[in-house]
Amino acid sequence: MTAVQELDRDTVATAASTTQSHTRMSDWWRDAVVLTRRNLIHVCREPAQLSDVTVQPILFTLLFTQLFGAAMVLPGGGSYTDFAVGGLLMMNLVTSAPMGTAVGLGTDMSTGIIDRFRTLPMRRSAIVAGRTFSDLLASVMCAVFVALAGLVVGWRTSTGPLGLLAGFAVALLFGYALSWFGACIGLAVKGPESAQSIGLIILFPLAFVSNVFVPTNNLPAWLGTLAAWNPVSAAAAAVRDLWGDPNPSKTIHAWPMQHPVVASIAWSLAILAVCTVVATRLFKRRTAD
Amino acid sequence: MTDTIIEARGLTKRFGDTQALAGVHLDAERGSILGVLGPNGAGKSTALRILTTLSQPDSGVARVAGYDVVTEAAEVRRRIGVTAQDATVDVALTGRQNLVMIGELSRMDRRAAISRAKELLAQFNLADAADRVVKGYSGGMRRRLDLAASIVTRPPILFLDEPTTGLDPASRAAMWEVIRELRASGVTVLLTTQYLEEADQLAHRIVVIDHGRVIAEGTPDELKTHVGRQRLDVRLAQPPPSRVDAFDALAGLTNGAPTISDDGCTFSLAVDDEPGLASRVVAQLGAIGVSVDEVAVHRASLDDVFFQLTGHAAEDGTNETTDHTDTSGEAA
Repeated sequence: MTAVQELDRDTVATAASTTQSHTRMSDWWRDAVVLTRRNLIHVCREPAQLSDVTVQPILFTLLFTQLFGAAMVLPGGGSYTDFAVGGLLMMNLVTSAPMGTAVGLGTDMSTGIIDRFRTLPMRRSAIVAGRTFSDLLASVMCAVFVALAGLVVGWRTSTGPLGLLAGFAVALLFGYALSWFGACIGLAVKGPESAQSIGLIILFPLAFVSNVFVPTNNLPAWLGTLAAWNPVSAAAAAVRDLWGDPNPSKTIHAWPMQHPVVASIAWSLAILAVCTVVATRLFKRRTAD
Repeated sequence: MTDTIIEARGLTKRFGDTQALAGVHLDAERGSILGVLGPNGAGKSTALRILTTLSQPDSGVARVAGYDVVTEAAEVRRRIGVTAQDATVDVALTGRQNLVMIGELSRMDRRAAISRAKELLAQFNLADAADRVVKGYSGGMRRRLDLAASIVTRPPILFLDEPTTGLDPASRAAMWEVIRELRASGVTVLLTTQYLEEADQLAHRIVVIDHGRVIAEGTPDELKTHVGRQRLDVRLAQPPPSRVDAFDALAGLTNGAPTISDDGCTFSLAVDDEPGLASRVVAQLGAIGVSVDEVAVHRASLDDVFFQLTGHAAEDGTNETTDHTDTSGEAA
């Protein structure tokens, strides 16, 4: 919360007491909820912007399981479809969650609405947080569509409902952390268009140099190391583990592949810690004059 | 002691090579309308952004409602409404959704925000368009919504940055009416404008800013009187046989040089308020055989004041010399 406090330092009266800090927290929450609702209204006005969390997951799930599935033999055996759905979940979240935040925030920052917010007695940090919240809701929708498409092509899990939910939770936490990374992009570049192109340049290699589509066991050493330490690989391996789906990465000796759940949560928290601070600084710099 | 609710002392602000503000002082009394008048780029918006906590001054202090705009910004924000020059409403939301959102972000509970939104939509004649997306609003409607958004919490102090720029005359008149009503309900208004008429119509006091400096300050009447002169327009029946003679005849009545219209029939000069002036003009011109159709003496308009003030401040007298040469050249 340090970043949030820093951003709000000049928006909150200096005197502090326990009751006041309680009120502040609930004020902040309310502001974030109001702004989340605003972002959802935007989505309802233009539902096409949801295609990356609806159409894309369905399309990718069908394409990859049917096209690759026929040719792919997993080291250690198992169904490619069962292997692929966890990876596809991560691939879709990694590309959609931060992009939504980057483009949405980039759009807001280039209009006068930010000036309006800044003259209100509201919590400024809620502007960025509200955006990440609505993107989290979009990520939930994305996860649902990946799962539905997966079920259609025969994806099954073997760890029961708790394992299933735990897998989704780890995946969504990772996607949420990347939303803050997207916030940094949206705040660092000039407008929504640049946010989109810069975002794609960074996120696609991140999603692809990993175990989301193919087992990385037989990669050249340097690429294998890169993939093993890619946070996206840890998240995908964690999801597969929690779902009880085939996870060939567990034979790779890199630490994140041996402890994917811990690694994935640690990566998520580390990304959150860094990106909330950076996003806060960028927001201040962007609005300072 | 007067009840000063907005005060600025020595505000300066530099953007790169541009000195946007070079020491601005201004005061607004509680319940009054202060007009900040100046051409584009004079520093009006910069001053307003500092007073509304959006920007920080390089030096100088400003207090709004008794709170420092830099160190007590949160207290200031609780007491002000701001309508910036660019529309600051969300164009993808309806008018009603905008007002409810702003109410909620201003610490009203949702039910109160909804009923206040309804009230404002009616007051600003937007009830029919309330549930339409703002993207489809006309310029005048957006401005009204923007103003409504600024007074959701009934702030005692309102800042309006060029509230009627770009509006058609009917929308402008409607906006003036709304501003007057707000004033009548006790709100202190600081508005910037480049329209002299607007400042004259609305403001109790006017601060004229040019090149980041206050170059004049007072009530509209004081400003006109401060310039101290009236304007005398003389229309001749036909062009005078000698422009030089006519020019000299009139120049004796004033310190400055008269200006002459292109057709040579209309002379205009700054004069002091003295009795019998019009008959002396007619007599002087009659003596050189020129007959007069019309003599009009009128108080200097704010336009005269403004151009005189900004002309001096902006051009350091160099253009004045040119003006003189032009005039005498024309006369010769």
